[in-house]
Amino acid sequence: MRMQKRSIGLLIYLGLLLLPIYWMLNMSLRTNANILGEFALFPTDLTLENYIKIFTEEAWYSGYINSIIYVTINTVISLTVALPAAYAFSRYRFLGDKHMFFWLLTNRMAPPAVFLLPFFQLYSTFGLIDTHIAVAISHCLFNVPLAVWILEGFMSGVPREIDEMAYIDGYSYPRFFLTVFVPLIRTGIGVTAFFCFMFSWVELLFARTLTTTDAKPIAATMTRTVSATGLDWGLLAAAGILTIVPGALVIWFVRNYMAKGFALGRV
Amino acid sequence: MDKWENNKAWFMVLPVFLIVALSAIIPLMTVVNYSVQDIFGPNQRIFVGTEWFEEVLTDRRLHESLWRQFLFSGLVLVIEIPLGVLVALAMPKRGWRASATLVLLALPLLIPWNVIGTIWIIFTRPDIGLFGAAINNLGLDFDHTAAPLDAWVTVMLMEVWHWTPLVVLLAYAGLQAIPEAYYQAARIDGASAWSVFRYIQLPKMRGVLTIAVLLRFMDSFLIYAEPFVLTGGGPGNSTTFLSIHLVKIAVGQFDLGPAAAFSLIYFLIVLLFSWLFYQALLRVGTGDK
Repeated sequence: MRMQKRSIGLLIYLGLLLLPIYWMLNMSLRTNANILGEFALFPTDLTLENYIKIFTEEAWYSGYINSIIYVTINTVISLTVALPAAYAFSRYRFLGDKHMFFWLLTNRMAPPAVFLLPFFQLYSTFGLIDTHIAVAISHCLFNVPLAVWILEGFMSGVPREIDEMAYIDGYSYPRFFLTVFVPLIRTGIGVTAFFCFMFSWVELLFARTLTTTDAKPIAATMTRTVSATGLDWGLLAAAGILTIVPGALVIWFVRNYMAKGFALGRV
Repeated sequence: MDKWENNKAWFMVLPVFLIVALSAIIPLMTVVNYSVQDIFGPNQRIFVGTEWFEEVLTDRRLHESLWRQFLFSGLVLVIEIPLGVLVALAMPKRGWRASATLVLLALPLLIPWNVIGTIWIIFTRPDIGLFGAAINNLGLDFDHTAAPLDAWVTVMLMEVWHWTPLVVLLAYAGLQAIPEAYYQAARIDGASAWSVFRYIQLPKMRGVLTIAVLLRFMDSFLIYAEPFVLTGGGPGNSTTFLSIHLVKIAVGQFDLGPAAAFSLIYFLIVLLFSWLFYQALLRVGTGDK
């Protein structure tokens, strides 16, 4: 009985959550005139015009490709550097560890606009403007600290006896880390990977400032739907629906890591 | 739990330190530089000391947007954290239902922030938007472009809709990391659902909830794109949050000096409160054990 009440609550929450998304889908299947002309709970004359435009114009679909490239680079970099660092923070005491740990997070605390001009100058100096790697590295500013914090939380939940046992069993450090430890915290790795992907995917300010054409992200392309006749709502909604797809695929792939949980029995 | 003393662990942290310091320290120095100078052109600048700081600190409009910001972030934390934990507790633990819920939850998080504001403009329009039309059909006179309270409600709804899933995902991952053996032990002891939550789930979620509280505090305190696109800071100044005010100074009036001083004060406020939250949440944990 109690379980059922819970499920109903969850269903109501999910229903409300999906309303704005449904409205976006609804808008994406209508022409601009139709959206502004009438209220329609269900679109009456469906059109795929908006989607066709996005898939056929290079300015549009290249935005998606660019975003996927730099977001992937960023997620890989963030996880690679954050895994050993988070392990160090969760297992060892060393000079300045607590300060260092909190300092990492302070990098998410300044208004992002503060970084724009200095970043532009910095990346210009290295000739990296309008490259995917520039955006990927600039996003490390907020993703690496986040990755370290989330991973540290999960690693601290793993009892240290496991490390000690593995050493006694003669595991070398890299082998222990990759074959014993990483599988234990895969929930955390799944969440971290998704968050890095998500924050880098929706970030607009840095991505737009550091790119002009070759690496222009989709979020920046979408600001161009404003024309002389006003905003093209249908096109924008279609682009919005399509921005959800890659991230939804990512969480679909990491869902098993998140849903399976703690596998203490494996050690 | 005492950690192992080992200064060689620094080598594991070094890549993180380098990559973040590269991005953080140069901009910080630039801002400090601007905040104490009056800039007329590329080579014309005068050292003005703390003048900008005094100007910014005595600005009445800044005080107003600061209080507004505290109210906003406070409401965000009070609503989103408990709601997120509740939803995470109600979620199925495994199977296709768990997977489907996870994917659905992630959807709002994946829409670029400027687009969220734009979609909500239509969504809340009384004539052609689902939300606006529904509210008006209930007989309520609701217009977020004219009434400050309605604007607040709309911005809060959008914020809760957009970001609660982040808390849910974190809390859910924290719950999933609890070994089944803990629940079995609780069942043998005949523990109630509440005491399972209070003595097993909540302490085990402390780590992820700390991150959730800090993230939601920082990001809601720095919020810009969504309310700006939706309401433009209005009606009047009623939804002009701190960062919207900052951008007005920096871009609208092109006052780099005061804007830099403002940014530094802004940063220090976020830093102070995040630190207080962090310390408080660390304490709570040790008190429980």
